[in-house]
Amino acid sequence: MAITEQDVQASEDAPSVNYLNNGYGLKSWLLTKDHKRIAVLYIISISIFFALGGLFASLVRFELMTPEGDLMSSDTYNKVFSMHGIIMVFFFLVPSIPATIGNFLVPIMVGAKDLAFPRVNLLSWYVYVVAGILGTIAVVGGGVDTGWTFYTPYSSTYSNSNVILAAMAAFMAGFSSILTGLNFVVTIHTMRAPGMTWFRLPLFVWSHYATSLIMLLGTPVIAITLVLLMLERGFGFGFFDPNLGGDPVLFQHLFWFYSHPAVYIMILPSMGVMSEMVASVARKRVFGYEFVAFSSVAIAILGFLVWGHHMFVSSQSTYAGMVFSIITFLVAVPSAIKTFNWTATLYKGSIVYDTAMFYVYGYLGLFLVGGLTGLFLSSMGLDIHLHDTYFVVAHFHYIMVGGQVMGYLGGMHFWWPKITGKMFPDIWGRVSALLVFLGFNLTFFPQFILGYMGMPRRYHVYPDEFQVLNVASSMGASILALGYLVPGAYLTWSIFKGPKAPDNPWGAKGLEWETTSPPPTFNFEETPVVTEEAYQYGPIEEH
Amino acid sequence: MADDHHGPTVRIYLAVFASLMFLTALTVWVAFQDLGMFNDVVALGIACTKATIVILFFMHVKYASRLTWLLAGAGILFLLILFAFAMADYVSRGWLGMPMSQYLQ
Amino acid sequence: MADHALHHDHPHGLAHQFEDMPQQKESAVIGMWSFLITEILFFGGFFATYLIYRSYYPEAFFEGSSHLDIPLGAFNTVVLIVSSLTMAMAVHKSHEGNKRGILVYLTLTGILGLTFLVVKYFEYSAKIEYGLVPGLVWHPHGENSPQLALFYSLYFGMTGMHALHMIIGIGLLIWVFVKTAQGTYTAEYNAPVEIFGLYWHFVDIVWIFLFPLLYLLGTQGGGH
Repeated sequence: MAITEQDVQASEDAPSVNYLNNGYGLKSWLLTKDHKRIAVLYIISISIFFALGGLFASLVRFELMTPEGDLMSSDTYNKVFSMHGIIMVFFFLVPSIPATIGNFLVPIMVGAKDLAFPRVNLLSWYVYVVAGILGTIAVVGGGVDTGWTFYTPYSSTYSNSNVILAAMAAFMAGFSSILTGLNFVVTIHTMRAPGMTWFRLPLFVWSHYATSLIMLLGTPVIAITLVLLMLERGFGFGFFDPNLGGDPVLFQHLFWFYSHPAVYIMILPSMGVMSEMVASVARKRVFGYEFVAFSSVAIAILGFLVWGHHMFVSSQSTYAGMVFSIITFLVAVPSAIKTFNWTATLYKGSIVYDTAMFYVYGYLGLFLVGGLTGLFLSSMGLDIHLHDTYFVVAHFHYIMVGGQVMGYLGGMHFWWPKITGKMFPDIWGRVSALLVFLGFNLTFFPQFILGYMGMPRRYHVYPDEFQVLNVASSMGASILALGYLVPGAYLTWSIFKGPKAPDNPWGAKGLEWETTSPPPTFNFEETPVVTEEAYQYGPIEEH
Repeated sequence: MADDHHGPTVRIYLAVFASLMFLTALTVWVAFQDLGMFNDVVALGIACTKATIVILFFMHVKYASRLTWLLAGAGILFLLILFAFAMADYVSRGWLGMPMSQYLQ
Repeated sequence: MADHALHHDHPHGLAHQFEDMPQQKESAVIGMWSFLITEILFFGGFFATYLIYRSYYPEAFFEGSSHLDIPLGAFNTVVLIVSSLTMAMAVHKSHEGNKRGILVYLTLTGILGLTFLVVKYFEYSAKIEYGLVPGLVWHPHGENSPQLALFYSLYFGMTGMHALHMIIGIGLLIWVFVKTAQGTYTAEYNAPVEIFGLYWHFVDIVWIFLFPLLYLLGTQGGGH
């Protein structure tokens, strides 16, 4: 990196030097400490795991086309849906937005040259890759059949699959996300540019701050839980073994202490993406900025007080269940604040119907359904009927896929010109958003009905009367898959053939749009000074 | 150059060390007294006191920014949440008077 | 660091992403505290497990604890407290930029850390000899033998995880020692010594809780 900022300023006519062209060759990528390059590394690696997880999902949907188990045996089916869950949760959803778009944008949005610990950031990617390799070995070497939750005593005593390897992979993926979260917390606290006060931060940064808190406070508990599981399975120590007086339900307590907040790791970052996109497409400041900011933190904290709602039908005490149920209802408040405030932002906005807008609409619709069905499940009585049915499957897919994946795709489109310096064809962006929205609803809405009618999850054989809805769901999944493949095609095309992107193609506000596309290695030619609030769009009449 | 550092002095370190040693001796001695259920309370109380002393002086939190207090406090708060909510289940399991899971008496 | 040779007024040890030394130091300390939060909750999972089983099986835990060696446990507690003092002194010397002082106190800290591990090794050997390792060599046959195994699972899990942290700590100590010997740290740039100190004290705190919870239960007073 012999090129200094002075060189860039001196020759404005010369092709500008940015983070992508300041070094070539594998070594300049694999040993980079630049958060933007690490973000690109993450984008590539999580895409691989998204494809792998998607492959397992398609196998599940193929199998469920018919009531009989004709494509695979029960054992194979157990492995297929377990691997789908483990890969999607630990290797795609948790790092999806924070490690890619977040990694790229958080330092730029706060006006810093890089994250506080660039080497730790690179380390987190390597830990993730090693975890991914371990996970892949677990898949290739026979798979795992415990479900993504690794419930004891099944995982500790009875399963004959690669539980230890998969648990080790999940453990390391967690460590990688701890390092990312730690970097964000420190960066947001100490590295804000002059004038960038907490209430001038973009809401994307707020939601990533909340996400990072969960990563720091929750992930270590899943780590220790998986360590206990590995000790039990590997050495015969009995922490959860009923034969020794241990309680398998304790595993669920420890597991969900992380994994419920982790659900918010899988939604908060996409809420940050939405706040940015809503402000940009409506040309307005996000309505009730402070409320949206604090609702992120509120979701993060409340998320730690509700884990028992996964355990209503375990041997958990009914009284504890009541407390967990009531607090779970409370989570709806900050979630609703966000949804209402985004809608209020759109109201009387000067709306631009581009790709970002399509993703915003899609997200609002899907998150609404996902959030409201969450209320069904948090009431203890109804949950006894719905527990472990397809209703639950549909609910959390509406949140995680309808939320996080929509947010991820929307965000990738919105910041694609910034990341790559190239424009994608907007019409194709709108088509893909539409395909994803329609395909998603066709896939998962029938599953609500199936679940309500009583079809349990995790079985590959079902009564004949469920077939129509299952076929509809599988058809939807094909459309959904198409919706994911199309952006892969035209976005890749745009890298090579797309027109060059201007610095601020959407006319959006925020420090990331004030630097070049793609940004220089140290993000800004000189440290920016912030003098106004976030999202100061001009009067609406101008547009 | 570094004299403006607001850290503890060597004298304070030695005092902290002496009190930690004293508390260690105390906790061993108390363990051999029969205080009924208070043995646990006293042992944990002494351990918490020792930990607090280490955090405040050896780890410089007493002299650190508010943010450090906040971080240390957040760790402990969420640890207590983990304990409290998990114990809430185990304590109240028998209240309904229904038969318990066979393996937990 | 080679790419910073261009900047003539660049303070020693300042990484490119920071504006000045205080910002860098603050980030390092906050970063370490954030990491310690994760450590608190990591061990917290063990402590929660202990708390719950202890409340269910007080007698078995009492009996299991009575087989642990209090003098060795107390000795190790003292060793760790002394090592915390020497570590605090090493950090103190680093603020003065006193390279020799750092090296002396780091050496003492390392020796004490190793002493702790050696004692732990002898304790583990004795447990293996008596057949008190659940799953591997297990001799007790009494009525509450299963619950006793639960206690020893926790004993080995908790002290083993603590010992692993000690081993990592000694590894880090050697790294800080080498860096100090190379003259990396000055009165202005000493954050690595300081944050390593935070880690070391944290590991000490974990033991401060493990000692009464595991060793002192089985005494005269603990059986209630």
